[in-house]
Amino acid sequence: MSADTSSSAIGEVQGASLYDVDNPAPYIEAPRKRTSKTPRSTRGNFEMAAWLFMRLSGIVLVVLVIGHLLIQLVLDGGVSKIGFAFVAGRWASPFWQVWDLLMLWLAMLHGANGLRTVINDYAERANTRLWLKGLLYTATVFTILLGTLVIFTFDPNIR
Amino acid sequence: MATPTLEKVEAESAASPYITVTFRIRRFNPEVSDTAEWQDFQIEIDPKERVLDGLHKIKWDLDGTLTFRRSCAHGICGSDAMRINGKNRLACKTLIKDINPEKPITIEAIKGLTVMKDLVVDMEPFFQAYRDVMPFLVTKGNEPTRERRQSPEDRERFDDTTKCILCAACTSSCPVFWNDGQYFGPAAIVNAHRFIFDSRDEAGEQRLEILNDKDGVWRCRTTFNCTDACPRGIEVTKAIQEVKRALITRRF
Ligand code: HEM
Ligand code: SF4
Ligand code: FES
Repeated sequence: MSADTSSSAIGEVQGASLYDVDNPAPYIEAPRKRTSKTPRSTRGNFEMAAWLFMRLSGIVLVVLVIGHLLIQLVLDGGVSKIGFAFVAGRWASPFWQVWDLLMLWLAMLHGANGLRTVINDYAERANTRLWLKGLLYTATVFTILLGTLVIFTFDPNIR
Repeated sequence: MATPTLEKVEAESAASPYITVTFRIRRFNPEVSDTAEWQDFQIEIDPKERVLDGLHKIKWDLDGTLTFRRSCAHGICGSDAMRINGKNRLACKTLIKDINPEKPITIEAIKGLTVMKDLVVDMEPFFQAYRDVMPFLVTKGNEPTRERRQSPEDRERFDDTTKCILCAACTSSCPVFWNDGQYFGPAAIVNAHRFIFDSRDEAGEQRLEILNDKDGVWRCRTTFNCTDACPRGIEVTKAIQEVKRALITRRF
């Protein structure tokens, strides 16, 4: 290839050329590629269970979350009514305890699994994925345990 | 009446049908630079011609170094999928008049695959995923002496997914595939569907198990990009959901 044709091919970049026919630039690679060596690691039915869980928990969450928002923010005086006494009053009933417990577990697991999907999508390096997921799982377990503890050991007479 | 009169047709053909269109093409030549950049070409073209004709005009008359794949030029071989005005299409099936020739028409390589030069990408990972789903008839027992017969209803069951031409428009329009090329991608699932739902095939279970993989159908997020992109009009997303349903219901 003569200098002439390559200059008509690409125009301005020709002047700054570090590369030529014998010394081509690297191809513009896709982030991650499938090859014949891509491991065929079937992890049982975990992905299927996770997929199903997202849909089932989503359906239940519609009821739980919308109900929760209505009670907390809309009905009976709106958000201004919320205080220690209001929370204490609701958690006096096992029904609302179970409601909140279920919402805590489902929303946390649903959200955590959703973020796991996002991390799998966007974190390119295996190490980054490992760390982000470690952080995610730690935060999830911590929040679920702390929330559960509070719901079960809540003491309305605390000073 | 909408029927064109003879005078009208003559008047139209007397005026030149050609218009000036700008093709804005994302060029990459590793022998010159390590970055890709946009380059504009002005061409005279009949709006009833196709984007592929425009690329030919550029390659033959303006710049012979423009590199792209095409073979049949009639929407059958699946060589010339590219990203035209941000959507994956076949250059040979996209008419200029259908994509607003007033503005520059952007053309770039399909996304998520390694760009080798201009519009040419490395299709190997795409075909690897295709091979991984075993896209061939698997049967047990003796070879029949006659053809393997099938009722019209059984044939109809997978008719849609037999139309695939492996152009990669769907797979390279999928955001999950862009981010993580490990995902099998819509095209591989379409071609697995073609055999999973074929009454003559006996490896359906095996193929379902392959797609139950962590990079299999469960990564699909139902964005419908694949169905939008498919130049054959295959209901790609539906096929993927049918595989998911088969996986969930097969044992119950
Ligand atoms: C209100 C009812 C809800 C419904 C019906 C619902 C439904 C869903 C479904 C079906 C998915 C899976 C999407 C897919 O894989 O294609 C999903 C993903 C997700 N959900 Fe929910 N969800 C709800 C509430 C929540 C809540 C309360 C949270 C946060 C705690 C949350 C966080 C997420 C996240 C982070 C994802 C992943 C996003 C992604 O895949 O791109 N969702 N949701
Ligand atoms: S399903 Fe459609 S878009 Fe995908 S490879 Fe086949 S023909 Fe192309
Ligand atoms: S050139 Fe064959 S499909 Fe377009």
